[in-house]
Amino acid sequence: MSGRVLVGVKRVIDYAVKIRVKPDNTGVVTDGVKHSMNPFCEIAVEEAVKLKEKKLVKEVVAVSCGPQQSQETIRTALAMGADRGIHVEVSGNDYETLGPLQVSKIMAALAKKEDAQIIILGKQAIDDDCNQTGQMTAALLDWPQGTFASEVTLDGDKIKVVREIDGGLETIKINTPAVLTADLRLNTPRYATLPNIMKAKKKKIANVKPADLGVNLTSKLEVLRVEDPPQRQAGMKVETVEDLVGKLKELGKV
Amino acid sequence: MSALFKARKVLAVCLHGSRSLSQLAELPETHQLLRQTCRDFADRELAPIAAMLDKEHVYPAKQIKELGTMGVMAMEVPEELGGAGMDYLAYSLAMEEISRGCASTGVVVSVNNSLYIGPILKFGTEEQKKQWISPFTAGDKVGCFALSEPGNGSDAGAASTTAYQEGEEWVLNGTKAWITNSWDASATVVFATTDKKLKHKGISAFLIPMPYPGLSLGKKEDKLGIRASSTANIILEDCRIPLNNMLGPRGAGFKIAMQTLDSGRIGIAAQALGIAQASLDCAADYAHKRTAFGAPIGKLQAIQFKLADMAVAIESARLLTWKASLLRDAKKAFTKEAAMAKLAASEAATFCSHQVRKRQTEDWSRTEALVGRCKTLFCFCVVTQAIQILGGMGYVTDMPAERHYRDARITEIYEGTSEIQRLVIAGQILKEYQS
Repeated sequence: MSGRVLVGVKRVIDYAVKIRVKPDNTGVVTDGVKHSMNPFCEIAVEEAVKLKEKKLVKEVVAVSCGPQQSQETIRTALAMGADRGIHVEVSGNDYETLGPLQVSKIMAALAKKEDAQIIILGKQAIDDDCNQTGQMTAALLDWPQGTFASEVTLDGDKIKVVREIDGGLETIKINTPAVLTADLRLNTPRYATLPNIMKAKKKKIANVKPADLGVNLTSKLEVLRVEDPPQRQAGMKVETVEDLVGKLKELGKV
Repeated sequence: MSALFKARKVLAVCLHGSRSLSQLAELPETHQLLRQTCRDFADRELAPIAAMLDKEHVYPAKQIKELGTMGVMAMEVPEELGGAGMDYLAYSLAMEEISRGCASTGVVVSVNNSLYIGPILKFGTEEQKKQWISPFTAGDKVGCFALSEPGNGSDAGAASTTAYQEGEEWVLNGTKAWITNSWDASATVVFATTDKKLKHKGISAFLIPMPYPGLSLGKKEDKLGIRASSTANIILEDCRIPLNNMLGPRGAGFKIAMQTLDSGRIGIAAQALGIAQASLDCAADYAHKRTAFGAPIGKLQAIQFKLADMAVAIESARLLTWKASLLRDAKKAFTKEAAMAKLAASEAATFCSHQVRKRQTEDWSRTEALVGRCKTLFCFCVVTQAIQILGGMGYVTDMPAERHYRDARITEIYEGTSEIQRLVIAGQILKEYQS
């Protein structure tokens, strides 16, 4: 058992920024906009670092796929306690069309190359809300998956995962190697301590190209148009339930 | 002729002194990461509670502990002693971001770092450092700095608190005034005169744990601003401390105090920058959102001029602060630059917060209604109000703007009034030009 954990960290537009659609409706404005690590990825890093602190795993490797700036995201993971980073360089048009399928192919290839025991990802990214990368990665590797994890317990070569599902909580036990995706209540990510920020400078970030991993980045999806959600309209007040039903029928809702 | 030559030499020394000028243009990566971490902490943990802390005069114990865990409470202290082992540029960045979230928290951090730990780190023995610094790095204990007295603030050399030796003890008597952190501190650096005849050369520095017999606290001052930090008198009545508790050589107290304040000024300059930046942030935000006469007020030149003036004041003060930090980190003389930074930053803070009375978005509708009614009759008046980026809204305590205004005011007073800063700067300049 390598005791190695791969953690995926994605660079996204900061959660506090007001998103603006580009005037040509091809996407959202990203130039000059504040970016940071996807909040669910922060939770994933925190969980991995916690496992290492409990001495249940030996090494935490932070991975990010994207342009040069993704290295900042990896540095943040290093400052939180990851041991080293891997930056998979994807830029230009490839980056525009980079989606869960491409990333999961990359993660699967890296998992094999790095002999990873566990992959922890955020359950979804706050920019595309896909919630697919974890599941696809597990499928490509034919590994079990513990998604929407709100509690993770390592038990020998098995992992007990408490999952947040629609009906409540589901507890499953899966074999390693496995893929986990972090949900909101899994933990509270730490702020990087200043000594760790200094140490992060010395930790290595390896540069890798998707081609080196034998991954084809072509996407079968094409974004046609990006639009603002419709402006919220004012509602109307009615006096009685009969009025309500009448109005709903009028509007063709029932 | 010779004065010009001297001036050129001085210029060359200054330029060579700040060898990391490129760092003024773009911060090193670690510093950027540090700045971002502190900013995230301030946005998420400090800004949301700052109003409550101010209103209820609550010491932010939990946040100070978290900052301690991050290493922010002892930034310059070497790692072996429990600190973060970082430089003063990093400290200025951290101070600015923390203060931007909550100015009171900023001053607690600053006093612990610069005024309490600072002199012990510089003048203490190895034993003293272990005893008096290490327990104060994790955020569960903070220290304070007792120099001012009811009878003298700017005139620090006229200390009337006395210390005489009796056997194996120093006995201290006197009252210290305006001591930040006093009610929350676990130790203090105190300045007392051991030889009144020697005037300022007779002052010595001492370390006293708190609480301690013979040391009592006056009432918590009810201040205009930075209310979450405690300020009170420290009263010493036959306070007996071991001889080992003297910090530095006998008679070196005044020198220790002045050198400590030199560095402390950089911390306070950074605090003032944080307050000023918070004011500018909301002014610019407001200028986008608030409309008058069918367009955002940011389109109005008068607003633009104000925003520009605010931004220039802040950026100039910031660069001065960074330069003072870089000089200090390079172990060059930095007294003049530190005084300039503190003067510029505190005046920028007062200016910017004066220009701004912040707006909270939840009260848009009320403002719109008011504006609507006033528009026809008092349109010029409203525009003027908007132009000053003030507003009735900013005058009431449920809006944060008035807190920035109150917090900013003290930065021109403590750790050396603006008048004293001018004297320090002038003194340095005259020394440089002495033929």
